[in-house]
Amino acid sequence: MEREVQRVRQAFLSGRSRPLRFRLQQLEALRRMVQEREKDILAAIRSDLCKSEFNAYSQEVITVLGEIDFMLENLPEWVAAKPVKKNLLTMLDEAYLQPQPLGVVLIIGAWNYPFVLTIQPLIGAIAAGNAVIIKPSELSENTATILAKLLPQYLDQDLYIVINGGVEETTELLKQRFDHILYTGNTAVGKIVMEAAAKHLTPVTLELGGKSPCYIDKDCDLDIVCRRITWGKYMNCGQTCIAPDYILCEASLQNQIVQKIKETVKEFYGENVKESPDYERIINLRHFKRILSLLEGQKIAFGGETDEATRYIAPTVLTDVDPKTKVMQEEIFGPVLPIVPVKNVDEAINFINEREKPLALYVFSHNNKLIKRMIDETSSGGVTGNDVIMHFMLNSFPFGGVGSSGMGAYHGKHSFDTFSHQRPCLLKSLKREGANKLRYPPNSQSKVDWGKFFLLKRFNKQKLGLLFLTFLGIVAAVLVKKYQAVLRRKALLIFLVVHRLRWSTKQR
Amino acid sequence: MSEKGGGSAVKDPGAEPTLGTDPFEDTLRRLREAFHSGCTRPAEFRAEQLQALGRFLQENKQLLHDALAQDLHKSAFDSDISELIICQNEINLALQNLQAWMKDEPGSTNWFTKLDSAFIRKEPFGLVLIIAPWNYPVNLTLVPLVGALAAGNCVVLKPSEISRGTEKVLAEVLPKYLDQRCFAMVLGGPEETGQLLEHKFDYIFFTGSPRVGKIVMTAATKHLTPVTLELGGKNPCYVDDDCDPQIVANRVAWFRYFNAGQTCVAPDYLLCSPEMQERLLPALQSTITRFYGDDPQSSPNLGRIINQKHFQRLRALLGCGRVAIGGQSDERDRYIAPTVLVDVQETEPVMQEEIFGPILPIMNVRGLDEAIEFINRREKPLALYAFSNSSQVVNQMLEQTSSGSFVGNDGFIHMTLSSLPFGGVGHSGMGRYHGKFTFDTFSHHRACLLCPAGLEKLNNIRYPPYSDRVQQLVHWVLGSQSCTIL
Repeated sequence: MEREVQRVRQAFLSGRSRPLRFRLQQLEALRRMVQEREKDILAAIRSDLCKSEFNAYSQEVITVLGEIDFMLENLPEWVAAKPVKKNLLTMLDEAYLQPQPLGVVLIIGAWNYPFVLTIQPLIGAIAAGNAVIIKPSELSENTATILAKLLPQYLDQDLYIVINGGVEETTELLKQRFDHILYTGNTAVGKIVMEAAAKHLTPVTLELGGKSPCYIDKDCDLDIVCRRITWGKYMNCGQTCIAPDYILCEASLQNQIVQKIKETVKEFYGENVKESPDYERIINLRHFKRILSLLEGQKIAFGGETDEATRYIAPTVLTDVDPKTKVMQEEIFGPVLPIVPVKNVDEAINFINEREKPLALYVFSHNNKLIKRMIDETSSGGVTGNDVIMHFMLNSFPFGGVGSSGMGAYHGKHSFDTFSHQRPCLLKSLKREGANKLRYPPNSQSKVDWGKFFLLKRFNKQKLGLLFLTFLGIVAAVLVKKYQAVLRRKALLIFLVVHRLRWSTKQR
Repeated sequence: MSEKGGGSAVKDPGAEPTLGTDPFEDTLRRLREAFHSGCTRPAEFRAEQLQALGRFLQENKQLLHDALAQDLHKSAFDSDISELIICQNEINLALQNLQAWMKDEPGSTNWFTKLDSAFIRKEPFGLVLIIAPWNYPVNLTLVPLVGALAAGNCVVLKPSEISRGTEKVLAEVLPKYLDQRCFAMVLGGPEETGQLLEHKFDYIFFTGSPRVGKIVMTAATKHLTPVTLELGGKNPCYVDDDCDPQIVANRVAWFRYFNAGQTCVAPDYLLCSPEMQERLLPALQSTITRFYGDDPQSSPNLGRIINQKHFQRLRALLGCGRVAIGGQSDERDRYIAPTVLVDVQETEPVMQEEIFGPILPIMNVRGLDEAIEFINRREKPLALYAFSNSSQVVNQMLEQTSSGSFVGNDGFIHMTLSSLPFGGVGHSGMGRYHGKFTFDTFSHHRACLLCPAGLEKLNNIRYPPYSDRVQQLVHWVLGSQSCTIL
């Protein structure tokens, strides 16, 4: 393990990954890989999650292609130095932010969207000029295998490597030193990753989870609301970090909601959901059993059918759920939707705030004031109002959690920024040493006043303009007659003294 | 390994130490309740706090000057330019820009979401902890505080117990100015800080050494608390042959010996050719004499070492290499003369730890490439300095190294520019602040998308069942375009 990481580090130190052209080439190669080997990738995802090719394409591959294209289009602008606003002291200098790669990045992927959740961070890390070690989730074995096979065929084999393995291998890997770690997964392992990172002072991005609440107001079109929720909840058989985890609504709405979700499920997946090509399966037996145990003692309004042999769990809705029961104690990550009745939006807000900050929050209402209030009085990674999932789709948006749902963010430019060090640079010249005499000891009260003059931002545009014009005039004089260097210094000094005296009299 | 579905969704009160034995519990609970009440959210409240902080600085200037003189033998000039004015500047900047910073940032939509309202909401994290160091005890305590308050958080402030004079002023006077519901000061040493760190905070901002930075980050892990760590390291200063040695000496000496070298971004050591060293030594001596007189110990412009422990540590470093300039010390006064060491080996202690004192070792290198190689073999520093008349040399140093920040042809003057973020990379830290960057550091950027409640027909394309025709259509629409729709 150590040797592998060393090899990647050596590759980074060679400087190969830094030039813009190289990064663009690698991203283009990645794009080719996705397009040319689409069939293999979709087949792998299908084997892992019983996902139809269409679903795998529209949920994973499209996002990856979109992200690559977004990077290709914007990277030339992003890698350039960004000048910053200067003050009087640094007026004649160059001041800018220069993005630089961090070094060797570790990306630990998740199994629920095994392709996009591994490759989308990879895209950002490559774009920022880093070398990358990818550790796909071992639970989605087939995708892990295909990534190990395909990536070396298209990308630089020393800069970007795939390391596969289970808990043991990952633990070994985490002992090594990286320059950034991006982890997607659960809270418990997130803590393990952060603790390992702390030993090397490695910054981390943790994309975790939690219970994403979904509040349904009385004032809404339940037909539409239930269609949207059904889509977001049962997509990928509920195994989505930003799926609406549970519903909060007034008790009187429960029956209607159940009815409408039931109808929508039938519309989406047919009479016999098990036979729908668009409905996935639970990733493995352990999670299957875990989700089953959440149903114990619950009022199943509809659904609840399971088949262990195929790890099938039917789209299920629970009503009158007691917040103290198991299903409300952990992130469900399955096709089980509890409805917890609340009296009103106040109670809903309190309910949400008593719990850990979720990765996503959903609120359905025609009343914009209510939606605004829900946003103002709660916190979460992100929010979608009157729909679910959609805030994930905007690549201008940072995607990340807060509190126990995570730290840091990525997607689009946020990926580039996450995997870069934005280095502030100030370039002065060795000339104009006279100006520096102000700061050198021995000191005096007048120097303090001068210090204040230069440092306190008390200038308005007129004064600056006047100063600049004077300076221009002086520069012009210098250009005309070289020996007026002395005159220049004196003129500038005289102007500044006069100006400062006026300023300090205004002060008092 | 990477699995979901574990962990408690309800806040675990058992994670907090037991009632009654914990000195901080009541304070933290009070602050959390205040945060939940929403009192720190309105812009007016935040502005009031910032104005109060400004008044604290203005009304207690003499007290602060005296405290800084007591702690670090800082002159009024040094105190003003490196502490009080900087803080005032940050407060003014925050007050001027608060509304703009607080405003929702619009997000750009794609054709999927054109009809929606997309914005990024800046939210306070909640209860934040600021742990401050002793070397610029006003600046490094209050500047993070400005951002934390501006961002609407409740704040626990832990000033350094080592800068005792300043700690006293902050502890006794500052709380009178700030709203006690939302602000608390915690005093104590490593033990109390350790106890404090067992509690849950929503953000921790730490300035100090990498060693303690690791302890802070490890403690933060327990509650998955995000952190900004402003650490340190050995900041290299490369001096090219193509330079005026006197100008370089002026600039390097000023930044090295300011605050008796106790600055995280001070040039820690010099890299230059033996020829340049020969020219620099007399220039440095001349500069030091001009700045501090023939007897630097009697100069009011030279600081003192903070305490005996650091004094002893630095005095031991004087034994490394050979003293070319300075080298005197006085234990009673905690005085160390502005010193330059030559003939230093890389393995000696003065080249192994961050010096944090008025000692400047010079290491010889044969040219730029060797200097770059020397720098890259070591941990990424907080700052990197390169002096040369040739911009090509400066740029090469910039491109082939990494550091928190970089300055060509001067010392840490970049710290006066609040449009430049201040922070480290690698061992020198993570995260950044100053100006708007502090506000952003203490804010959670929440992506918000408000979709139309109607127009459901547009969504039909995303719902199963996916007939062949729909599949083809989606494939064509989304696949053939360059997918910037997503």
